[in-house]
Amino acid sequence: MTKKLSILHIYPKDMNIYGDNGNVLVVKKRAEWHGYEPVVIDYNPGDTFPNDIDIIVGGGGQDSGQDKIQSDLHKIGPKIIQLANQKTPMLVVCGLYQLFGKFFKTQDGHIIKGIGLLDVETIAGSERLIGNITIKSSDFGEIIGYENHSGQTYLGDNIRPLGEVIRGAGNNNKDGLEGARFNNVIGSYLHGSLLPKNPKIADFLLECAAINRYGSFSQTVIDDSLATSAREYAMRRPR
Amino acid sequence: MTKPYSVLLGKAVRTIARIRGGGSALPGLFVEKIDSHFISDVLATLPHGVVLISGTNGKTTTTKIVVELLQSQGFKVFTNKTGSNFSRGVAAALLGEIDVRGKLDADIAVLELDEAHAVHFVDKIPPQYSLLLNVMRDQLDRFGEIDHTAKLLQHIAQSTTDGVVVNRDDPRLSSKKFMHDIHVPIRTFGVSADLRKHFPSDDTLYDKNLRDEDSPIESKNDDTSLVKIDGSKATLYYGNKEHTITLRLNGIYNTLNAVGAVALCRMIVGDKLNESRLLEALSSVTPAFGRGETITVNGKPCQLVLVKNPSGFRLGLQSFDLKGYATMIAINDNYADGRDMSWLWDVEFNRLQPHGVAAVTGVRAFDMALRLQYDDVPIGHVTTDISESLAKFVEEHPDEPKRIYCTYTAMLTLRKELTKYSKVEDYR
Repeated sequence: MTKKLSILHIYPKDMNIYGDNGNVLVVKKRAEWHGYEPVVIDYNPGDTFPNDIDIIVGGGGQDSGQDKIQSDLHKIGPKIIQLANQKTPMLVVCGLYQLFGKFFKTQDGHIIKGIGLLDVETIAGSERLIGNITIKSSDFGEIIGYENHSGQTYLGDNIRPLGEVIRGAGNNNKDGLEGARFNNVIGSYLHGSLLPKNPKIADFLLECAAINRYGSFSQTVIDDSLATSAREYAMRRPR
Repeated sequence: MTKPYSVLLGKAVRTIARIRGGGSALPGLFVEKIDSHFISDVLATLPHGVVLISGTNGKTTTTKIVVELLQSQGFKVFTNKTGSNFSRGVAAALLGEIDVRGKLDADIAVLELDEAHAVHFVDKIPPQYSLLLNVMRDQLDRFGEIDHTAKLLQHIAQSTTDGVVVNRDDPRLSSKKFMHDIHVPIRTFGVSADLRKHFPSDDTLYDKNLRDEDSPIESKNDDTSLVKIDGSKATLYYGNKEHTITLRLNGIYNTLNAVGAVALCRMIVGDKLNESRLLEALSSVTPAFGRGETITVNGKPCQLVLVKNPSGFRLGLQSFDLKGYATMIAINDNYADGRDMSWLWDVEFNRLQPHGVAAVTGVRAFDMALRLQYDDVPIGHVTTDISESLAKFVEEHPDEPKRIYCTYTAMLTLRKELTKYSKVEDYR
């Protein structure tokens, strides 16, 4: 019997700027390789929010893209929060990481409200934080990626970071922390894309989803030697 | 008036740089430092002024086509043909062409400029005509957002004094917002409705149904269209007539660039256009340096296809017949290539599944191989050393035509390495 896993890709039309499709593809392919039957559902503004979602993945956008999705995101916000409280795994990168937080304060002091799922606040910075980045996490080891953001994000008291910055800027260029985690939700600035070079995180999302839906996760051994080599080279490249 | 010492010093640096084998733009950087008016002083002497070509993809090829078309109409043309499309590249090219008194023997300058550099350039030297090709995702670590890039091109259009040619199939360049505040005549180029599916924009990749507000504008009588492609034959439509020619350019996107070039030449030359000479010149244009350029390796063609961004890579994969070709991919992440590898995940490689990729190389060979793994594309060998990879690739596929998709700096290394197997024109 095939075991279905539903992956919801939120706002692929408007929030897709840094290879965010790569994260969806990796979740999908690894689900297949582990013996599941993944179904990817695109969710765009105005669509009906589907039931029975196992994983949510979302990315970053241009300012115009963020404008287009904002009111819709607030409409589906309560459903997303409910799923997060039920331990549904999610990965949100860059723009949607910021909007899953409490607010984004623009350069002219204007406040864009987030859905408040993550206890983080983001303030527009004057400098853009760009380059290769390596962070360290107790659960995933070294995480490799590329960051490109001007928003500076600060964690509140009720949330833990994804990791500590070894090289690069991270959430902001002050506290040396990167990303945020709440239940099985991961927010991060890392793209590159994030999941291909960090298959442990992809498998974490799948494991949570499989346990939620089927009570256990049946894992096969995947040949990740290309990912391992890609990580080694990425770590040695200039910022 | 050009300062005589900057010409002499610049030329001296150029000679030294060539002997030492340095970059093509270095002398230009030097002369700009010592004489900030150098470029504008020299170009101000041209009777037909400056024509500027910009956009994300296709600048170098289109510039080459425009130059050859204008030459067919009797113009003496100055251009920056090395593809060094920053203003220092223009300065370097000028140093090679001017005499010691700073005089340039040309009627018109046709320049390709990088979007970000073009903006500063036009503030100093407003072009008479500009040709704006497309706005696509490119090296976001350098340019930031694509909407920002569209604004850069709008600034170029607004600074142009006599006429602007835009790609009417590009959703950003054909928008009302873009046309706003352009006070010179605008002509367009593009493809007929039934060919549009062959030219996907970035937006159609993520959004199958383009929003109404983005719908392409209609072509008018003055505009130039591509209405049919059949192998290397292309049919253009303009002036109420169809014109079918055979092209030596490779790939459908180069064909569209040719249409843009024709549209621009028609606008510049106007009623005096010698049509048969124009079409003859168009059919004899060969691809630019590394842009579908074919080099003969051990008696078999080896094609270099430059890929810089997702749309370019997608078009590169879609444009060519993959059957019968041995394929190699070389991906570097130097500054000129873009350091961020995310873009590889915005390209679909499924088309390569049946034939596989024989060799994957470049600094980020493993990122590329990893990308292919997730599209189930069979891979031959993976090594970051381009020279080693190329040697093996050539040795393993002696009897097949070859095609190498490569980023900019990987292309420079490949061309150098290919001289071991073939005669490759030196552009420096």
